[in-house]
Amino acid sequence: MRTIIIMLLLTFGISAQAQTKKNKNAKYAIEVNGNCDQCKKRIEKAAYAVAGVKSATWSIETHQLDLIVNEEKTTIAEVKKALAKAGHDTDEAKATDEDYNNLHHCCQYPRK
Amino acid sequence: MYKNTITLLLLSFTVWQSLAQDQPKVDSLQTVKVEGNNKSIKKSLTITTNTSVMTSKELLKAACCNLAESFETNPSIDVNFSDALTGTKQIRMLGLTSPYLMITEENIPSVRGASQAYGLSFTPGTWVESIQITKGAGSVVNGFESISGQINTELIKPINDIPFFLNLYGSTDSRFEANVHTSRKLSDKWSSSLFLHTNTRLSKNDMNDDGFLDNPLGKQINVLNRYQYYNPESGWVSFINLRYMNDEKQTGAVAFNPKRDKFTTNHWGSEIHTERFDVSTKIGYVFKDMPYQSIGFQNAFTSHRQDSYFGFNVYDIRQDSYYSNLIFNSIINNTKHKFAAGLNFTYDNYREIVGVTDASRIDNSVGAFLEYTYDNNDNFSLVLGGRVDNHNRLGVFATPRLHMRYNPWEKAVLRFSAGRGKRAANIFAENQNLIASSRTISVLNSGGKIYGLDPEIAWNYGLSFGQKFKLLGKNAEAQVDFYRTDFENQIIVDVMESPQRATFYNGKSYANSLQVEFNFEFLKHLDLRMAYKYYDIATEYLSGTFQRPLQAKHRFFANLAYATHIDDKGHQWKFDYTFNWLGKQQLPTTASNPAADRLPEFSPSFAVMNAQVTRTFSATFEVYIGGENIGNYRQEKAILGSENPFGNTFDTSIVYAPVFGQMYYAGLRFKIK
Repeated sequence: MRTIIIMLLLTFGISAQAQTKKNKNAKYAIEVNGNCDQCKKRIEKAAYAVAGVKSATWSIETHQLDLIVNEEKTTIAEVKKALAKAGHDTDEAKATDEDYNNLHHCCQYPRK
Repeated sequence: MYKNTITLLLLSFTVWQSLAQDQPKVDSLQTVKVEGNNKSIKKSLTITTNTSVMTSKELLKAACCNLAESFETNPSIDVNFSDALTGTKQIRMLGLTSPYLMITEENIPSVRGASQAYGLSFTPGTWVESIQITKGAGSVVNGFESISGQINTELIKPINDIPFFLNLYGSTDSRFEANVHTSRKLSDKWSSSLFLHTNTRLSKNDMNDDGFLDNPLGKQINVLNRYQYYNPESGWVSFINLRYMNDEKQTGAVAFNPKRDKFTTNHWGSEIHTERFDVSTKIGYVFKDMPYQSIGFQNAFTSHRQDSYFGFNVYDIRQDSYYSNLIFNSIINNTKHKFAAGLNFTYDNYREIVGVTDASRIDNSVGAFLEYTYDNNDNFSLVLGGRVDNHNRLGVFATPRLHMRYNPWEKAVLRFSAGRGKRAANIFAENQNLIASSRTISVLNSGGKIYGLDPEIAWNYGLSFGQKFKLLGKNAEAQVDFYRTDFENQIIVDVMESPQRATFYNGKSYANSLQVEFNFEFLKHLDLRMAYKYYDIATEYLSGTFQRPLQAKHRFFANLAYATHIDDKGHQWKFDYTFNWLGKQQLPTTASNPAADRLPEFSPSFAVMNAQVTRTFSATFEVYIGGENIGNYRQEKAILGSENPFGNTFDTSIVYAPVFGQMYYAGLRFKIK
């Protein structure tokens, strides 16, 4: 409980200074290839694993990943790399064939 | 995305309360919207708490004239039979009566204090959009009082409301109701709704020929005017509610005429007059570019006044209350870690007269809460909450609560909860039915600050497992819930010692409840819901340990619902049947009474059946007819000592079964969309 409060204080402390520089709440909507519920979990998990990703929601219907990223800590390119590493292609970063082949068969989306 | 989030916030403006940051819950509510046509009770595999959502569709399955009656088709809540005197139904969850539940209306505590006995009957069913029922400890966001669960009612939102709605209802127990709703958009940001409700019972019924009315005569006027502000560009949302209610009841002997017989021994009679005024406001703001961060502020002022007498016993209570809640929601690092933090303030000014005793007092409390939610977005989530309050009668104390959820495999959910609750019991308001008897009511003073008694303190623990599966290719669902409530200190209402006395004192008790539920969609549109419930609720009375009186140890519930396909012209038939079986119930002791006014130690077991048929003629017009207690089961002796109401065996409080026999009703609903 105590650590939460301290973390909270820290978060606010940082946010007070950062306004002029990089966007702490940069919004992105990127297309990520995938098929199913399992992909959704993997994609979101991979995005969240990047420090600085505050929110990540992927839609099965539209294949769109909505992100809110703290650009002081990371960049959208880093997120795309992490997604590729997990086996999911984006416009800028493609998964290696090996990572793609390691996906569960239901997740082996048609590659572009 | 911002816009969506605000809509979400709106949907959950309320949800903010009950486990404020439980995002999956918000999602599930949205899903509810989408699949609303299929299911009338929603259970989610991904929310942390053991919550089921009753949609308005479910509420249409019963006569359902007010909130107290809307749980008849829900296995989680037991609706007791209305007492012979006031005609109001009491509800229980996990075997505990409504004072041990947190009952909120759009997350503002609504049924509490003076309104405890009749409060649920003051919200008309047609105003309700959905009800969320949470078993177990509940959230710390709304307060420290809830022990066995939480019921939150969402009223129809002006922004989604239809321009006009009319409902008329009449029944063979001569109750008539009318509901009129109108709504309009005032601007692109402001919407408003006006709800009018009135009900009345004019003619006297005495089906069991005991010389006493089976249902009270009465009339009620209930008006709600609400305004909603919604601005997705700026992130601001707001609600303003204004409400007035006036309710009059007259009960007692059929021959009783209040003008002539009040406070005389001509005939025994009673009148209960309740007047209530509510103003509540909410303001919420979602931070620009940070849809996960919001701030909300709600305020409610209530003035509740009840003037009543039961024979020669006067009971007057007036409660002026102010409630305020400030809440901040945000995340830590990312949306897997959320928290809600905030402050509550409550002020209650009670003016209470019990007979010749003045029990007036002022209660106030201020508290701070913090609730942390972790969700791995996969198969595990946790809500850990704590609050600290300073109350002028309860002292300074902490309230911890924990909920956890784990999905061990596909379509299965395991939940655990634990938490503490503490409350100042309004012993007279909560046990008003005892005033309508010849019992001598006394309090065994233990030097406490609430009527000389100490506060009630309980721990509640729960474990629940649910599994969805296919049976014969159809959807099925099974759930087992076990909950235990341990009262370190409870205010015991002792009716086990003598039929001439009711004594309040501090003591210990426990309540175990086990519910096994099975839901099965036999055919498309044919749904079966079954539940078996076992209660072991033992209280340490001065005269020994007994099961709680008027509580069946075994209950069985079944509900069968069938609907035809809606054809091109919008025609549809809907059928609904509910069966309730109650095992024997411990009765308050009457052993020392003369033989004629003696009841057995246990009530017999019996079954009650309700049914309803709805015919929809189009999207705008439907009619319904139904029957309650169609097996016509009746409690033989509903009022003890009815031959001599001013004697020492008179008691209207021992009701274990329906007093009124079978009842049939019909109604219509008309909408302009």
